[in-house]
Amino acid sequence: MGRNLSALIAGLVFGLGLTFSEMVNPAKVLAFLDILGNWDPSLAFVMGAALLVTAIGYRIVWRAERPLFATQFQVPGNRSIDARLATGAILFGAGWGLVGLCPGPAISALSFGGPPIFIFMASMAAGMGLFELFNQISKERTAA
Amino acid sequence: MENFTPISASIGGALIGLSAVMLMALNGRIAGISGVFSGSVFAERGDKFWRVLFVVGLIAAPILWTLVQGSQPKFEITDNWSLIIAGGLLVGFGTRLGSGCTSGHGVCGLARLSPRSMASVGLFMAAGMITVAVAKIVLGG
Repeated sequence: MGRNLSALIAGLVFGLGLTFSEMVNPAKVLAFLDILGNWDPSLAFVMGAALLVTAIGYRIVWRAERPLFATQFQVPGNRSIDARLATGAILFGAGWGLVGLCPGPAISALSFGGPPIFIFMASMAAGMGLFELFNQISKERTAA
Repeated sequence: MENFTPISASIGGALIGLSAVMLMALNGRIAGISGVFSGSVFAERGDKFWRVLFVVGLIAAPILWTLVQGSQPKFEITDNWSLIIAGGLLVGFGTRLGSGCTSGHGVCGLARLSPRSMASVGLFMAAGMITVAVAKIVLGG
């Protein structure tokens, strides 16, 4: 119960942040990526402020032994930069630059973005499904 | 830079950070949207429902905003369907292959000083900027 309610509220706060900062508007995001054009640095301020709050907040939170509604903090332990990470980041960045949408804003725009957002979300989900398939096949290959 | 909005950007960003801290403090989880969303379908059984609710919160936020504010958030997107489909596929596949997106790597990962996230953010930012520059030349925007 606590775990589900806190996820709902965290999602709501995240979405309000995206809405208030206008990151749900693809044109605003593209204006940040357009460094050679009429550059709008707003996105850097969104990330900077989010980063500052998170960096300080995490350190306070981690003083506790465990989270309130779970048995442990689940933090990725992998620290090696490999080809998968690099290729994934480049493909994602290219898609981001084509439309100006990353996963958070795309989801938040579902209620007001109209048909383009439905098509984008369907394509994004298909891309994620393709990855699951790809991941399964490459796992079986290394196991064989 | 006439569209630069540093104040609303910083306040919105702080809310995003607050959400990430909440999710860590309460559930011990990273607020990475691509992972949370994908896991709402592909994660193991007991690990799904909180993800669905996080996504519901993300969708509900602008609805709530519209009720209070009286107008919908601004939304301007390309009308080129091929771009939208290609963009969606790349974002979906790329974020899963690269284990994260703007939130998981860009906010949570950088806050943890993760070397993987630093590399990821550098690469997706560069790829995004190059794509915009190339698209402008090719599509004549």
